[in-house]
Amino acid sequence: MNNQSFDPRVNRLKLGNADEPIKVEEGENWNSYEVFHQEKRGAHHEHVGCVHAPDPQMALVFAKEQFGRRKKCVNLWVVRSADILAFDAEDEDMFANNQEKTYRDASGFKVMEKINKVKGSKAP
Amino acid sequence: MMKNAIAELITKMADDELILGHRNSEWTGLGPVMEEDIAFSSMAQDKIGHAWALYRILQEQLDGEDPDQFAFMRAEQDFKCCHLVEMPIGTYDFSLMRHFLFDHAEAVRYDSLQQSSFEPLQQLSRKLKGELKYHTLHADAWILQLCKAGGESYERMQAALDQCFPLAAGIFEPGNDEQGLINAGIYPGEQALYQRWLDAVNTVLVKASLNMPDPATLIPQYGGRKGNHTPHLQPLLQEMGEVFRLDPTARW
Repeated sequence: MNNQSFDPRVNRLKLGNADEPIKVEEGENWNSYEVFHQEKRGAHHEHVGCVHAPDPQMALVFAKEQFGRRKKCVNLWVVRSADILAFDAEDEDMFANNQEKTYRDASGFKVMEKINKVKGSKAP
Repeated sequence: MMKNAIAELITKMADDELILGHRNSEWTGLGPVMEEDIAFSSMAQDKIGHAWALYRILQEQLDGEDPDQFAFMRAEQDFKCCHLVEMPIGTYDFSLMRHFLFDHAEAVRYDSLQQSSFEPLQQLSRKLKGELKYHTLHADAWILQLCKAGGESYERMQAALDQCFPLAAGIFEPGNDEQGLINAGIYPGEQALYQRWLDAVNTVLVKASLNMPDPATLIPQYGGRKGNHTPHLQPLLQEMGEVFRLDPTARW
């Protein structure tokens, strides 16, 4: 079976040789890199997506085009996806907040401060 | 007199950008990987943008024609592009090497124009500085990557360099009143740019372990600046202006 395609990506899959074992050459499978975008100097880098690239330098070049082209951008980070350590999805329950612990929410204090301030300013 | 010489300089710069922009856009949808396909297409679009900006300077400062009319309705011999940009896209090694050699030439040219006594060119070169920096960064990264890979990859890059180099040297074909432009501080002249370009590309070629063809024995492929072109230009112009010529007075 001859599956020669105009698309080299398809040819690289060697679909025509179903009987032969598939051997993956070094550098043939590229890494994925997570891309972090900085909108202005001093701002946090925010995760925006990923690119496939053979090395970090090429990942940066690709990221510039994919993620730095439309929105305002002053800098980008790329990090190999495999280098990111994450919790398992099934451990999500660890993060569930106990109902009685809402006093721990820092946001609650901030709101109270504001309310008190308004009350104080209205006091005769 | 000076006006004609400036117009000639801008026309050849713009024609190079237009034709190479069109050529590189032929890779859209066929690039080796999706990310690179987008990057290469985007830079092709940048080149068309550069051409448009230059045609606008011709129109507004030098009594030139409407940019669209000028780009799509001119006869082949009135184009002043070099032979390098006319060549078909070939394989990706050729297109990448052409991109690398051309964009470095573009970068040294616009860099020199930052000191130009002709204000519109000076302003344009400032505006394009960041864009050109990215284009050469992209080209350098690919050249180094593919040469580092060794084997067939390295051999194909060396072959592409040998093929492209005399064509690329043709970018710097001397113009008609170059001394006048140099004396007036418009730009430093082709010979000076050629030397700066050799230094710029050689820095990367050394890192990539590629052998630069000896400039002393090299025969640059001239002719484009005089309106003598390869057989590849006419079919490109035909295709590029096909829709426009259906109704040249239409408003887009």
